[in-house]
Amino acid sequence: MLSQIRTLWTVLSHTFKRNETVQYPEEMPYQAPRYRGRIILTRDPDGEERCVACNLCAVACPVDCIALQKTEREEDGRWYPEFFRINFSRCIMCGMCEEACPTYAIQLTPDFELCEYERSNMVYEKEHLLIQGTGKYPDYSFWQVAGKTIEGKGKGEAQQEQSPSDPRSNLP
Amino acid sequence: MAKFFIDGVEYEAKAGENLLQAALSQHLDLPYFCWHPSLGSVGACRQCAVVEYRDENDKKGRLSMACLTGVREGLRVSIANSRAADFRKTVIEWLMQNHPHDCPVCEEGGECHLQDMTVMTGHSVRRYRQAKRTWQNQDLGPFIGHEMNRCITCYRCVRFYADYAGGTDLGAFGSRGRMYFGRVSEGTLENEFSGNLVEVCPTGVFTDKPFAKQYTRKWDLQSSPSVCTGCSVGCNTFAAERYGQLRRVHNRYHADLNGYFICDRGRFGMHFVNSDKRIRMGGVGVGDGTFEARGTERVLETASALVRSDQALIGIGSPRASVESNVALKWLVGSENFCPGLADADAAATHELIASIASDACCIPTIAEIERADAVLVLGEDIADTAPRAALALRQAVRGVSFAMAQEAGIPHWQDAGVRGHAQDHRHPLFIACAGTSRLEDVAEATEAMHPEDAATFALDLAEVIAGKREAFEPGTFAARVSAVLADSKAPLVVSGTSQGNASLVRAARDLAVSLKIAGKQSMLLVAAREANSVGACMVGGSLSMSEALARMADGCSVVVLENDLYRRADAGRVNAALRASSVIVMDVLETPTADGASVALPAASFAESTGTYVNYECRAQRFYQTFQPEGEILPSWAWISRLASERGSDPGWDSIEQLTRQCAEQGFAGIEQAGPGSDYRFAGISRIARQTHRYSGRTAMYADETVHEPKSRIDSETAFAYSMEGANSGRQASATIPYVWSPGWNSNQSLFKFQQEISGPWMQGDPGVRLDPSWYLRHEAHPSDAESLAAEGEFRSVPIFPLFGSEEQSARSWPIVRRMPAPFAVLHPQDAARLGLVEGGGVAVLAVGRSCEVRLDAGMPPGVVGIAAGLPGKDVQPHCRTDLSPDPEFVRKMDGEPGVIARG
Ligand code: SF4
Ligand code: SF4
Ligand code: SF4
Ligand code: SF4
Ligand code: FES
Repeated sequence: MLSQIRTLWTVLSHTFKRNETVQYPEEMPYQAPRYRGRIILTRDPDGEERCVACNLCAVACPVDCIALQKTEREEDGRWYPEFFRINFSRCIMCGMCEEACPTYAIQLTPDFELCEYERSNMVYEKEHLLIQGTGKYPDYSFWQVAGKTIEGKGKGEAQQEQSPSDPRSNLP
Repeated sequence: MAKFFIDGVEYEAKAGENLLQAALSQHLDLPYFCWHPSLGSVGACRQCAVVEYRDENDKKGRLSMACLTGVREGLRVSIANSRAADFRKTVIEWLMQNHPHDCPVCEEGGECHLQDMTVMTGHSVRRYRQAKRTWQNQDLGPFIGHEMNRCITCYRCVRFYADYAGGTDLGAFGSRGRMYFGRVSEGTLENEFSGNLVEVCPTGVFTDKPFAKQYTRKWDLQSSPSVCTGCSVGCNTFAAERYGQLRRVHNRYHADLNGYFICDRGRFGMHFVNSDKRIRMGGVGVGDGTFEARGTERVLETASALVRSDQALIGIGSPRASVESNVALKWLVGSENFCPGLADADAAATHELIASIASDACCIPTIAEIERADAVLVLGEDIADTAPRAALALRQAVRGVSFAMAQEAGIPHWQDAGVRGHAQDHRHPLFIACAGTSRLEDVAEATEAMHPEDAATFALDLAEVIAGKREAFEPGTFAARVSAVLADSKAPLVVSGTSQGNASLVRAARDLAVSLKIAGKQSMLLVAAREANSVGACMVGGSLSMSEALARMADGCSVVVLENDLYRRADAGRVNAALRASSVIVMDVLETPTADGASVALPAASFAESTGTYVNYECRAQRFYQTFQPEGEILPSWAWISRLASERGSDPGWDSIEQLTRQCAEQGFAGIEQAGPGSDYRFAGISRIARQTHRYSGRTAMYADETVHEPKSRIDSETAFAYSMEGANSGRQASATIPYVWSPGWNSNQSLFKFQQEISGPWMQGDPGVRLDPSWYLRHEAHPSDAESLAAEGEFRSVPIFPLFGSEEQSARSWPIVRRMPAPFAVLHPQDAARLGLVEGGGVAVLAVGRSCEVRLDAGMPPGVVGIAAGLPGKDVQPHCRTDLSPDPEFVRKMDGEPGVIARG
């Protein structure tokens, strides 16, 4: 009896409180930059794809909703994903992929508006995922840190590298 | 045996064994890099540090390298002691100073021993802030990638490549902190075992180039245990798939066979499975070599009209198809209408091989036993080309003497540098009596250029001398040296093969081995067969020889050809006539000239897409399991045969590979079902074996472009494996069902030791495969008889030479192999060449073959003999007895595929 009265009281008291309802979608709620929503693939500061198809995001994903295949561009020697697919109908937006990614390629964004009538429309391919910019990390460029050669960056030209040694020389 | 203590726990090991090996044999985690079970210890990496105590009262102890410490009674060490652990961590930090930030773009990543050891020792933060030393890489050819920056200077690569495999073009350069491992100058790594560098190197310096092209992390591969189709040794392999393509093959340990190493034909020859020349759809021939692709049902209609018709039906089996498919075909057509599919001469020689196995008169050695021989005579067969892994074992056999010498000098056998340094150039004697210079020549005591026919006579003479039925050879001659050495030896090994199609050569080799045995030696006889399942196919039997089968075809009949290209078995004229006159149903993996002339072509599954059994050179039946389900209409040949049977209204009595295997067991192959467990096998009674790793990624996205409703993983009714990540693979299951090796903390192939009873011992449950007893085979009513020698004329006697890359039918269509394939060549003695006015690299018209070849000069060729490249793709066949030669000034070297580096044949 007492509890029913208390319940009624609580409910009625809300009549006089400030409205919590947001007029979505006219009115957009604030989303922190680190909110974990729709996933994107970003680019290096030089505009090339960041993803090197290392497969770490795919293996970190607890629901296994990332699939990709490594390929290499003949022209410049960079590793790329031949295809890169995320099945958002499985994704739980946990952010494990972003955490695993050694190149900052894969990032979660504040966009949570992922609704489709057709489930198959939730399957995003690389062309749907890849954006033009660097996302949250404007400066990092994996290829400038890595030792593997790509066009325009030979041995000894990455960060913290000496110029190549000569195997035939024993001079100090 | 000695009792010793690690961290206070008592263990036992062979006294004198090195401590690292002993600890790993107990499955303890002790980091290491430079030690390798087959290469011994050199103490180069300082990673295996432990604290060694003087006695139980010594609380302080001192640091020792486990790999350089012999186990002795009462030895006390600690792995866990913080001084040792800190030291190991520091060593990793040093090794990592110059290491590039490459893991994400490194093909070793995820199965990298360096990653594993780094994690195991706990080194996680980089403190070194100086610039890293760097190197330029080399292009090492189509097989091996090179990324020198990742090297940690363990020396394993050169120790394997140069010391173990006899390679001459890989070395260590520089000194101190600047060691470079590569070639003097850029170029293709020539040694035929170069692929093992990928597995031997604990880092990503040497990587599998073709695999890297379509790279897949180890954790994403779906694998199964398989058997190499490259030659009759039958090395065990792991085959691995992703996205419907076979991605790689690598070594699957077998204590008695391949051990830790396979050859490059086996490793890089598998890409034919993904070839665009695969037959993927059934087709009905429209006459001019082209096919109209039709659905299974309609093609089967045409095929069954052929098998049902009143025309007689014969079957031609194949030495590259499984025992099961051969037996199925023999059942379909009846034994009297079945030909096992070997060329006549090959069948006769293979028959002699089986007869040798069946007679208890001499021992047929395993690959491991070959290494124990103390004198070797190679007769008429270039074993380095036809059974490469056996040739690698011969290299170890001649090295055997160094272990005996080391023992006398008190040097432990694992002290690699000590053992080699002490022995210098002392070797067990190896003699080669062949036509043409073998790649084993560098370890041979003496060689004699001999035509295989003369080698056979020589063997018979030797046998008589040893039996005392003939007076000794003239002193100082090759023959005298050989007979003296053989007479002196304890475990002599006679090596020959069937590639020459010379049955009397095999008989002579056997007679020699037998006479040595009678003389009280533990003699061994190694005879290499031509193909992966030559022995198995020959044992299936059947009354028809290839010539008889072709004659029957030429008279008009229906014929089912099982995975065989008849143009490789008889000369083109006869095959043309046979194909024209008969109605041919071909089931094959790749398009072949035979399939082009067929009425019906059916798409057959490759070794990776089916389950079956091969029988190797020592009559060991070995099971390979399906790695993945092929796309399209591909079926295993035996399944096509049962479809044909039911079209004909007969009940085959099997509807799974397992039942068929049991049928094979009843038809003579007793014990074949024990080559590997069947579909009802469950680990611990409950668990299937998982083909996929437990980290297999992308399950819910791989096929989401086709359907977003994840398809249920296919239930495998044929084998005990699962097409999923659910299931066991601890190494405690039946050893024939281990699809890959992995153990917690050990992601690389070094995890193998957790699957072995002890280092270099068998798998936990023993080694897979079963040696069959072929004596029943000798009771068949018909046997291949010696091929009649062709009455040919010409100045030169010829010998077929089977180049390692290109002479095996399927691997010759694997793109990396194509790049190493030689153009057709003819090998001549320089004197003969000079007489005919021929020069190295020029052209010579070989009249018996009817085409021109590139001239190679070789002083190891007997004068008057010409070696002719055989087995290369195209419609030419082997043994011609004699031929005339004439210079062909118009000759230009032509090759299918891309121009390649000429591998020395
Ligand atoms: S972890 Fe990053 S770089 Fe690696 S595959 Fe995923 S997105 Fe690409
Ligand atoms: S060798 Fe190993 S540690 Fe080095 S980059 Fe490759 S995966 Fe990483
Ligand atoms: S290349 Fe590999 S095997 Fe050779 S020394 Fe370096 S790390 Fe060791
Ligand atoms: S030796 Fe023969 S069986 Fe072994 S890997 Fe080479 S080709 Fe294959
Ligand atoms: S393994 Fe012992 S020093 Fe390298």
